[in-house]
Amino acid sequence: MTQAETLPIAAPREARPLWPRLAIGALAALVLLPLGVIFASFTDPQGAVWAHFGEFVLPRLLLNTLWLLLGVGLGTALLGVSLAWLTAACEFPGRRWLTWGLLLPLAVPGYVLGFVMIGLLDFTGPLQTTLRDLFGTAPEIPIRSRGGVIAVMALTLYPYVYLVARNAFQTQGRRALEAAQTLGFSRARGFFRVALPMARPWIAGGLALVLMETLADFGTVAVFNYDTFTTAIYRAWFGMFNLSAASQLASLLVVLVFSALALEQRSRRGQRFTPGGRADQGERIALGPVARWLATLWCGLVFAVAVAVPLAQLLAWAWQSRGDLDIRYLGFLHHSLILAGSGAVGVVMLGLLLAYSLRARPGRLASIAGRFSTLGYALPGTVLAVGFYLPMSAIDNGWIALGSRLGQTWEPLLGGTLVAMLLAYGVRFLAVGFHPIEAALHRVTTSMDEAARNLGSSGRDLLTRVHLPLLRGGIATAAVLVFVDIMKEMPITLMTRPFGWDTLAVRIFEMTSEGEWQRAALPAITLVVAGLIPVLLFMRGGEMERRDAA
Amino acid sequence: MIFPAALSQLTRAVAIVLCCALLPSTLHAEEEVVVYSARNEQLIKPLFDAYETASGVRVRFLTDKEGPLLARLKAEGVNTPADLLLTVDAGNLWQAARSGLLQPVDSTLLQERIPDHLRDPDNLWVGLSVRARTVVYNPDRVDPAELSTYAALADPQWRGRLCLRTSNKVYNQSLVAMLIAEQGEQEAERIVRGWVENLATPPFADDTAALKAVAAGQCDLTLVNTYYLGRLLKEDPALPLKIFWPNQGMEDSGVHVNISGGGITRHAKHPEAARRLLEWLASDEAQAAFAGENLEYPANPGVAVAPLVASWGEFRQSPLNVAFAGAHQAAAVKLMDRAGYR
Repeated sequence: MTQAETLPIAAPREARPLWPRLAIGALAALVLLPLGVIFASFTDPQGAVWAHFGEFVLPRLLLNTLWLLLGVGLGTALLGVSLAWLTAACEFPGRRWLTWGLLLPLAVPGYVLGFVMIGLLDFTGPLQTTLRDLFGTAPEIPIRSRGGVIAVMALTLYPYVYLVARNAFQTQGRRALEAAQTLGFSRARGFFRVALPMARPWIAGGLALVLMETLADFGTVAVFNYDTFTTAIYRAWFGMFNLSAASQLASLLVVLVFSALALEQRSRRGQRFTPGGRADQGERIALGPVARWLATLWCGLVFAVAVAVPLAQLLAWAWQSRGDLDIRYLGFLHHSLILAGSGAVGVVMLGLLLAYSLRARPGRLASIAGRFSTLGYALPGTVLAVGFYLPMSAIDNGWIALGSRLGQTWEPLLGGTLVAMLLAYGVRFLAVGFHPIEAALHRVTTSMDEAARNLGSSGRDLLTRVHLPLLRGGIATAAVLVFVDIMKEMPITLMTRPFGWDTLAVRIFEMTSEGEWQRAALPAITLVVAGLIPVLLFMRGGEMERRDAA
Repeated sequence: MIFPAALSQLTRAVAIVLCCALLPSTLHAEEEVVVYSARNEQLIKPLFDAYETASGVRVRFLTDKEGPLLARLKAEGVNTPADLLLTVDAGNLWQAARSGLLQPVDSTLLQERIPDHLRDPDNLWVGLSVRARTVVYNPDRVDPAELSTYAALADPQWRGRLCLRTSNKVYNQSLVAMLIAEQGEQEAERIVRGWVENLATPPFADDTAALKAVAAGQCDLTLVNTYYLGRLLKEDPALPLKIFWPNQGMEDSGVHVNISGGGITRHAKHPEAARRLLEWLASDEAQAAFAGENLEYPANPGVAVAPLVASWGEFRQSPLNVAFAGAHQAAAVKLMDRAGYR
């Protein structure tokens, strides 16, 4: 927080400071480079490929993609909001450990859960096989289907909504809800008319992340052989050796996501989301004798399917391939943790910078540029990795050429350095660092700044005593999400890592790319366990925060 | 007195640092070779380790998928650190060659060791192991006398009995590309349409899943790379899965094969070292390990296969140059789109 003194907090409009514009411009430029590469593909028209795709591929794939977005969106909203409300506002048996247990799917990559579920439930899996052995016949379980892929993606992605919604429910205070009840609202109506609308920017931010990730996903849908828009991109690139057509398809994604984000933001304009009282005041809702066990059942069921079952299967497989475990795993773990840790710190800083810049300088252009800089999350990872690598190499080549003109042998500036990796992660995950912080920042109104100033607080003091306590949840949420996302990330890591910098995700890639799924379980389980560290820290931090508040 | 001593130490330190900074570009030059590999680490590192011990040359390598590796080579241009590109299919080598990313390798050793149809006609790349894509059937449900060619799998007698892997996988794209090369696009499309009509269940994400489906009786036969069968049989030799070699008749073209292979990059910093590594990988000693590690077939016909692989019997390969897999791959993908092969 050394920037505190130089950052004017929500300066009055007349002052028109320059730094927010510079910051937004710099962030947008960082993202603009890879996007520019992708859009530049239109200089190489691919009419024949488009005609082919238009006739045979896109109609079905677009429909598939829409269904997937709809299903995963509804699924994560339902799971995330219900679980968040139950664990944040209600009391039921097992609430304490389920609260953090329900976060664990964050660390389980979607393709892993998908592979495990297909392995268990498909025709050749133990369930159907046992049933056939017992009764001679078994009901088909259509797991390799639209419903299957939606269920699996919803089960791995709901924590994005759960985490932010829980943060919202927890900090919005019970007073508004109590007020609603004194007005004669039932508990359910109070939830739908008061608590839910008040949590909207949070939920919308979480859902935006879910939908962007769904659009960009290739690993999970590939396990189900469920063709989406991303499949078409890779089919054009890897199958037809046509990177231009692939980039053009990818640019459609960018336009789509950008419009959706703009719409969502527009619909929120003019609404204000101030806390209705001190955080976490009031009693938890005491559920009835049946309802409380239903709550346990619901949370426990989600935990079992999304966490316990895949972990058990991974453990069993990892045991079979325990011979692979050697001293190198320390190195993989080390690299994963360093990259995820420094990446999380870096991306959260960028997210804070962007959120504050937008707050200090509201306006259409700033808002567009701000939205723009979060688009990296919606692009298929490999496409973004190449989009990043091209300009990076161009800079390096220019640098080396300059050196040789001066009679020097200069090493590449960026290629093969961690700086390049961290920049690429920034481009990819800025959305994840930004949305939770932006949502939390809604709480800090300008009138609060003014009130604090009138009380003699400003600069660093204002930041640490007014802003930081209100932002803490958002910052921690962002950091955990980015950390775990980087741990799981493959394409950028593969493309930009220095020689020898293999990570756990790289190990998973090595094993799965030739179908050795069982052997991938060992790095996968290591990754899941390592991913738990920040999640557990996060929960502990949350507990302490509440104790502070009490 | 302290100062001069400290000064001389400092000078020495500076000298050492300077030397170290300058050394990599000069001394190291002949001692290492840099590889971009789409072949997995676990299938390639044991060989690199063996080569390092045998030759004293350091092998540095990076793995990734073919598409990103090619894009990377292109972007890095003259300054690429990579000397050698390894892939697990011929199509991507063909594409690398077409994009001007490879340079011809002039080696009589390679020409002696690797048959013509597994090498680029212009010597831009060379196959190092052979991957046969063939029929695997469930002997409880299929009489091998019923089997003949890839094309015959399109016959109505197999309706509801065939399992396939997704057409997104390059192995199937190569197979269809070779069908186009042999029989023309029209006939290839008829065959693929027939396969799709005969499917028992939607295509699987990987060969192993398709094999398991055949073993469990969800369908009767499938088309896979043989090493996937090898892996499964190693775990459970009792699985009801048998290999059939199609297209073995006098008039027929032989079994469809693909390669895992490599080529020297156009802007290699150590082209000689890269050539020597390629030659070593094609040698008798390395070939057995290269192919054996993953139960593939050696590209060098003089080298024996692994015992399990030998038990599947001998077969005649398609003599068509595997470069055609690349040349017709885009057409194959479009064809499969038209035929509804997902």
